[in-house]
Amino acid sequence: MIVETGHFALILALCVALVQAIIPLVGAQKGWSGWMAVATPAALAQFLLIATAFAALTYAFVVSDFSLKLVYENSHTDKPMLYKVTGVWGNHEGSMLLWVLILSMFGAAAAAFGAALPERLRARVLSVQATIGVAFLVFVLFTSNPFLRLEEVPFNGRDMNPLLQDPGLAFHPPFLYLGYVGLSMAFSFAVAALIEGRVDAAWARWVRPWTLAAWIFLTIGIALGSWWAYYELGWGGFWFWDPVENASLMPWLLAAALLHSAIVVEKREALKSWTILLAIMAFGFSLIGTFLVRSGVISSVHSFANDPKRGVFILFILAFFTGGALTLYAARASNMQAKGLFSMVSRESALVVNNVLLAVAALVVFTGTVWPLVAELVWARKLSVGAPFFEKAFTPFMIGLALLLPLGAMMPWKRARLGTLARPLLPALALTLAVLALVWVMATGRPMLALGAAGLGAWIVFGALAEIWQRAGRTPGRVLRLPRADWGKAFAHGGLGIVFAGVGLLMAGQIEDIRVAQAGESFTVGGYTITLKGVEEVPGPNFTSKTATMEVRQGDKLVATLHPEKRIYPVQAMPTTEADIDNGVWRDVYLVIGDPQEGGGWAVRTYIKPFANWVWAGCLMMAFGGGLSLSDRRYRSAAGAHRSVAPNAVAAE
Amino acid sequence: MLKRLALLLLLATPAHAVQPDEVLSDPGLEARARQISQVLRCPVCQGENIDESNAEVSRDLRLAVRERLVAGDTDAQVIDYVKSRFGEYVLFEPERTGANLILYWIGPAVLVVALGGVFLWLRGRRREDEAGATVLSAEEEARLTELLKE
Repeated sequence: MIVETGHFALILALCVALVQAIIPLVGAQKGWSGWMAVATPAALAQFLLIATAFAALTYAFVVSDFSLKLVYENSHTDKPMLYKVTGVWGNHEGSMLLWVLILSMFGAAAAAFGAALPERLRARVLSVQATIGVAFLVFVLFTSNPFLRLEEVPFNGRDMNPLLQDPGLAFHPPFLYLGYVGLSMAFSFAVAALIEGRVDAAWARWVRPWTLAAWIFLTIGIALGSWWAYYELGWGGFWFWDPVENASLMPWLLAAALLHSAIVVEKREALKSWTILLAIMAFGFSLIGTFLVRSGVISSVHSFANDPKRGVFILFILAFFTGGALTLYAARASNMQAKGLFSMVSRESALVVNNVLLAVAALVVFTGTVWPLVAELVWARKLSVGAPFFEKAFTPFMIGLALLLPLGAMMPWKRARLGTLARPLLPALALTLAVLALVWVMATGRPMLALGAAGLGAWIVFGALAEIWQRAGRTPGRVLRLPRADWGKAFAHGGLGIVFAGVGLLMAGQIEDIRVAQAGESFTVGGYTITLKGVEEVPGPNFTSKTATMEVRQGDKLVATLHPEKRIYPVQAMPTTEADIDNGVWRDVYLVIGDPQEGGGWAVRTYIKPFANWVWAGCLMMAFGGGLSLSDRRYRSAAGAHRSVAPNAVAAE
Repeated sequence: MLKRLALLLLLATPAHAVQPDEVLSDPGLEARARQISQVLRCPVCQGENIDESNAEVSRDLRLAVRERLVAGDTDAQVIDYVKSRFGEYVLFEPERTGANLILYWIGPAVLVVALGGVFLWLRGRRREDEAGATVLSAEEEARLTELLKE
């Protein structure tokens, strides 16, 4: 009964979304207030209905209702409760339901907090948002319905892929979807502005927080996924340039570009049409990502079950929304009058270069991702594009970005002079050189990579500090009283620097050791003495585990006792490796136990991973910086700020 | 009998990436082997290189790579050897020939065009600005003084 209620609520949500897509849009064209006012209650109702459907599906997973096909295929009574709940989105159908839930949640949030938006803009934004909702609700109901029953109820379920039964991955998809789908708000605002034919500072002030929120979620989602890969896959890789990872990186790059160009619209009323285009492209790439993951055109370890019908449907949605929006853009973009002028060397032009670098980097990732497909279709060549290509083709753009970032961030609006600009950065440059010297002395492995990464990372971090110091007028007392937006910028930029340094130093200096060790045997890796004490069989809730006990010593001091495991999940007949890691600021000691060997003993892998945690700490810092910026006074009082421009808007009509 | 069966089952579980018995005693050669195995794609897996793959064929390829290296091949010769057997598909870094050049040059080309475009646009707009400013300034100044008087 509860399940049917959920199914019914989902169908009703589609009807509400249809109303929300049409009525307010007509109202806005005709100037009928009553019709426009439908948007707000409709957006809230749509959200509540989809939330009901999602709750019903969650209930079915929690009570293990195997009469539902989806629950049978993806759950098991022995599975821990956490994974029963997260199992709701650990499959195609459930994750699509989460997708539309988040989509409607953003719509409802815009309806609830958008009271200060101009009536017409609000009606149009919510209408566009509902149109996306209609498309995806139809997709869920007709190609991926999670509420389908089985005629005969099986005794137990087939369980979930054990690799997904992990806290890091359990919460990775919701964050990622909050990011992907959050960009739909920027898209809806962009399309509404194109219909309206107006983009101004107030518009940018509304778009930016939504984009910022989406970017924060995307950052956290990507970081969680990469952290999971690091500890779960058993050898400490954290980024594979897999098509599905690329699908999340492209919207992230474009969202980052959009954040920066929206600042120019907000502060200087320039770059309007470019910002609109970016907003369309950022969401377009989210849709491309959805297509890549769910259509099966590009094989990937992450992708859901392949179904060509679904792929065609998503391709149709993708073509409709990006194609439609771009057509509208082509027709209307010339109306966007830029006001603020700026010179060749200015904050504005620096942000333009930032946008060019980020957008071209996204293009490179996109080309590399779809190239195997293109080559096969056009030239019938079966080829692969993988990590070695991306590392070479993508990195130069990031180096360019890192070199220019501190300079661009310091530039004043309108017109800057390089001479005056450079002076406050001299201490940052000196500190960067000091870091370079230190790395030169200490580096092992691939010293050039270590030097480059540490140098660029230090340059960005010290540059961000120099900027804070400069903003505070070189007065210590004022540093803490700077607006949160300034701190947000420093944290976000500094975090990026830390990610760069972490990635480079980790790749340059990691040490690996593979060997057979007998119980009780000790060996030395990179200054640590490791002892395999023994291996025991330990039963788990829905798996059995061979758990090793290993000691890590430095000299005579015991650093850590680690318990790497090898698990077998009998229902899925799948082994997994659970590495155990001693986390540290400067290095991780990463231990993996392998198979027992014919001649006795166990295969043991040891990795020393320098600066590994800097990668994720940097991501968190970026997200934290975004959060600080989001909580800045000018967004908290955005409603008030908007009222001051509202009279002009009325006068213009 | 049972013991042999158990052993068989153990061996049947997928071998995990590089095994201790594969590692070459010469650390220089081993390092080269690792580097080569990271650019070669496992022919039967989904997007994994042979270094991290658990598939049987990847193990065979890893052993083949090491055999060639021990026999004195250069890195390029080893990669060519694997390519001649499995085709272009196993190269994670596509060859820089023919249409693949588009893949390699699209980034730099678009970057140069975009930066050039931005440069010309900004220069053009500055001229426009200067021209516009001189035409309007007389009128505007008059209005400005008027407004300031009010």
